[in-house]
Amino acid sequence: MDIVRQLLALPLILASLRFATPLILASLGGTFNERSGVINIGLEGMMLFGAFAAVYGSFVTGNPWVGVLYSMIGGGVLALILAIVSVSLKADQIVVATGINIFASGITVYLLQVFFGSAGRSPRVTRLPSFRFLGTRYNPMTLVAVILVPIAWYVLFKTPWGLRIRSVGEHPSAADTLGINVNKYRFVCVLISGILAGLAGAHLSLGDGTSFVRDMAQGRGFIALAAMIFGKWNPLGAFGAALIFGYFEAVAIRVSIPGIPAEFIRTLPYVMTIIILAGAVGKATPPAKIGEPYFQEEE
Amino acid sequence: MSELQSGTGESLAEGKIVNIIIDLGVSLASIVIALLVGAIFILLAGESPIAAYGALYEGALGGTRQIMSTFWRSTPLIFTGFALAIPFRAGLFNIGGEGQLLVGGFAAGFVGYYFQMPGIIHAPVALLAGMLAGAFWGFIPGILKAWKGAHEVIITIMLNYIATLLTISYGINRLRIGGRPALPTIAEGAELFRLGDLPELPLLGSLPFIELFAQPGSRLHINFILALVAAFILWYLLERTTYGYEIRSVGINPAAAHYGGISENRTIILTMVIGGAMAGLAGAGEALGTHHSFIQGMDAGHGFTGIAVALLGRNHPAGIILAGLLFGGLAEGGLEMQFVGIPSEIVQIVQALVIFFVAALQMIKYFLARRRAKGESE
Amino acid sequence: MAESKDYILEMRNISKYFPGVKANDGVELPVEKGEIHALVGENGAGKTTLMKILYGLLEQDEGEIHYDGKKVNIEKPQDAIDLGIGMVHQHFKLVDPLTVTENIILGSEPRRGLTIDKKTAQKRVQEISERYGLRVDPEAKIEDISVGMQQRVEIIKILYRGADLLIFDEPTAVLTPQEIDELFEIFESLKEQGKTLIFITHKLKEVKRVTDSITVLRNGKSVGHVATEEVDEKDIAEMMVGREVLFEVEKDKARPGDEVLNVKDFRVKDNRGIEMVKGLSFSVREGEIFGIAGVEGNGQTELVEALTGLREVESGKVEFRGEDITGLDARRVKEKGIGHIPEDRQRRGLVMGFDLAENMILGYHHQKPYSSRNIMNYGEINEHARKLIKEFDVRTSSHLNMASKLSGGNQQKAVIAREFAEEPELLIAAQPTRGVDVGSIEFIHEQLIKKRDEGVAVLLVSAELNEVLSLSDRIGVIFEGELVDILKAEDTDERELGRLMTGGQVKEAKASV
Repeated sequence: MDIVRQLLALPLILASLRFATPLILASLGGTFNERSGVINIGLEGMMLFGAFAAVYGSFVTGNPWVGVLYSMIGGGVLALILAIVSVSLKADQIVVATGINIFASGITVYLLQVFFGSAGRSPRVTRLPSFRFLGTRYNPMTLVAVILVPIAWYVLFKTPWGLRIRSVGEHPSAADTLGINVNKYRFVCVLISGILAGLAGAHLSLGDGTSFVRDMAQGRGFIALAAMIFGKWNPLGAFGAALIFGYFEAVAIRVSIPGIPAEFIRTLPYVMTIIILAGAVGKATPPAKIGEPYFQEEE
Repeated sequence: MSELQSGTGESLAEGKIVNIIIDLGVSLASIVIALLVGAIFILLAGESPIAAYGALYEGALGGTRQIMSTFWRSTPLIFTGFALAIPFRAGLFNIGGEGQLLVGGFAAGFVGYYFQMPGIIHAPVALLAGMLAGAFWGFIPGILKAWKGAHEVIITIMLNYIATLLTISYGINRLRIGGRPALPTIAEGAELFRLGDLPELPLLGSLPFIELFAQPGSRLHINFILALVAAFILWYLLERTTYGYEIRSVGINPAAAHYGGISENRTIILTMVIGGAMAGLAGAGEALGTHHSFIQGMDAGHGFTGIAVALLGRNHPAGIILAGLLFGGLAEGGLEMQFVGIPSEIVQIVQALVIFFVAALQMIKYFLARRRAKGESE
Repeated sequence: MAESKDYILEMRNISKYFPGVKANDGVELPVEKGEIHALVGENGAGKTTLMKILYGLLEQDEGEIHYDGKKVNIEKPQDAIDLGIGMVHQHFKLVDPLTVTENIILGSEPRRGLTIDKKTAQKRVQEISERYGLRVDPEAKIEDISVGMQQRVEIIKILYRGADLLIFDEPTAVLTPQEIDELFEIFESLKEQGKTLIFITHKLKEVKRVTDSITVLRNGKSVGHVATEEVDEKDIAEMMVGREVLFEVEKDKARPGDEVLNVKDFRVKDNRGIEMVKGLSFSVREGEIFGIAGVEGNGQTELVEALTGLREVESGKVEFRGEDITGLDARRVKEKGIGHIPEDRQRRGLVMGFDLAENMILGYHHQKPYSSRNIMNYGEINEHARKLIKEFDVRTSSHLNMASKLSGGNQQKAVIAREFAEEPELLIAAQPTRGVDVGSIEFIHEQLIKKRDEGVAVLLVSAELNEVLSLSDRIGVIFEGELVDILKAEDTDERELGRLMTGGQVKEAKASV
């Protein structure tokens, strides 16, 4: 059948890795902050802002690598807000993260106007160099993502910091009584997630394209969270899950099925996210104390 | 710790009033600080914050016409505020207001054009269709959460994207007539009553202040009144019925609610359906009352603004009305600010700042209360 | 304090304030080197607060701490650890999905470069384990090991960090009698190695058994410091409460009537799918108290939850006055006239964010007169609450206070008031006096006896042997999900019950009931 041949085409599968790149980066970041006990649904906003910052950096210096640096700073700044308000001030993590998403959405368009005088799209900037591998086009961010996966796994499961991060998310008071600064580890993990989400944004604007388009994250920050859950909060699992979601995105764009409108096919990544979340959660358990701010003084 | 009688001399009524005042204070402070920080962004655009905020004020409250416009703009916001607030009382975070609004508007616009019926019931039926569509879009995440424990935050967001693709990308493109990116204009009988037409009514028309509603260009329609009515109904539901008791208990302590024979699943689904219905009404109102069709861009981020409205209004019906009016004013004034050279997205930025500060100040209030109480005991 | 004694720890004039209450008021705690020192007091007396101050989780508002003769400032747990103070908390501070070894080394991990040096870690754990006789399985996950082993992990954890002063907060609450014996052997072993122990407990028998001296706290103040051999349990109890304490509840003989509850071959699984109740059968008659004695974790929780509609029933039958109510949901169980005092009042029994009035109708809110046709009748609800608060001596200034503002004892009284007020025919009381001050315990016991005398059938589930013995008319001992025997209360004693609770058998000569 033609459809099956379309679905299994090699270029499509190879393209999945490219589509999965922002998901890999963001879900790695999400893994760190969720393992430490903080929910971060602001990955979307951090990714978006990172994408914008990347373009701005490249615009200002003509060097896309500076743009990548800017994307890390951009994501990091938004993550800093989340960290301060949710970890230090212990406010509701979901509320604040939603605010970050709204903020990112607003400020990127605002700055588009203020910096570039444009309503929807930034001017073209120097993009990251691309290379071909097995006939498919890739950019350096994909390499970065793939390299970070085993590193993240190693840090989380083989180093003292990873052990502490995991304990802080499961039983923060146990860690506290052993002298571990719970909120410090959470703070740092949130920052890490912001930086990684920013890098994901750089892929979108400088790696895959040459400019910033408003709302260009298109929900990937949330799909990354689904990948993280599906991957059971393990970097290797998140990687695999992200690849699957990348595949769905590739299908949504490239495959056409007669009789089904293109718009319906484009809902595929979102529908699959729902299906996977509805099915996976029964088996997957997040860190025990996730989402609960840690107060040191118990009464 | 030994049990002390509450001998602080503070009567209970005083205690409750103090709490309300603190809550109001937190909300007000958040707005003020948010506006102040917003000024920084205005400076970034190279404009004067004073001129900008002056324009904001003028645009929102500068005259009766502006005030009516503010009411008009606040209508969908009050509804989407409830879309977040009601499930929130049960412990759920419904970020699907956008999508629920879109399907509601689509359904209403669809019924408004494709169905023929006598004028007197066309509008109510179309509104109902919108409400049911929104309720359904809220039902999906509700039942997934109840049965599978699936996190409603991500599911509702996914449904937002799906709704956009289905109603706008597909729906409008398939059903549009001509260049307008919209469903065909609805039948006149399906249009919502414009409050500007009140003076023409037999009895009501002769009331003294009714003239105020007849402002030139006013698009204020009856959905505004419906929003106020809905607020009252929801307040009554939450505070005076067993449903409200059950919703509130599930929101605070699901295990105790379970012990009390309350079905958490039923409560989850109920609140999500109500929330979706409210957002659906927001969309239906905009389609039937404002644009007279389901048109691309009608959502204007109302779903997300509703989040800020609910938070600022402390998830309480009265607060939501006030917060809705405030953000309606911001939106209306935001347009005016564009004439002074500030992109209207500044309003979104201010919204987000409000959310941050409400969240942050909430906790500071909590810390202060603890320290204050500690001091009292010495 | 006599200068000739060698004190490893002196807490002098410690005071600590919380909103509305003085948790510690000029407390004096002198601990000699090498002794096992008991810290006793009823719930709320300030023991845990004092120990948290010692361990650096809280800081005192007034007073000094002297360790090994020097004044010290303990501002965070690391300071206490550095001094050589270690604490085994009542609720273990263990990370479930991590292994025994990982939990022990957490925060002080031996490293090789950037990685954790697993070999060194295992070696050190092995050393400590052997030296003090603390049997553990180093690679097992905490969630898979027994409570007794978990406790040993906690002990190794603090020895790993070089603790010389070990604090044990209510360590025997979750242990079987056999495990308690093992623990006390470990105490001896630690003492031989020169360690000093502080033993927080409210079980006076244990105080008499293993400790050398006692400090008693009452209402935040230290009321006395005595040598264990100079006092008996009654003396200690009087110091704790300030008046004579009745250990025995005075009650008339029971006059049981018809059978009210009949449970047959009951099987219930826990959340992980493991069978926790394995074919239980028993019955409860009106006018009697049937007590189920057992160490927590033997299926009682699941049993009660299944009987009250909070958990699925795998198989078996439950009959209430002849009517089959197996698997009925919580709402209808209550409607039938079965009251339930849950074992965890904060989690199940009350909605902390509600005021007392709304809590007083939890579970009955849909019944008249509290509501009709789904509309709440707050006039009735408030009146009801006011009445109950007075009748049941719930100490609070108003029925509109939030439940979270009450003390544990008063919260429990409120729960009991609520359930009693609905005049149930069967009352299921699970751990009714857990975490409750002695004064309230007396009151609650009296109320339960009163209900029994009124003809109510009472099913009492408790881990407190004293409570079960003194209140029950008949006792069933639950062990690993089965009822090992059912006896008349008057025919048995603590020692026998203790043996049954750990799987022992009744001597054949005794006739079971």
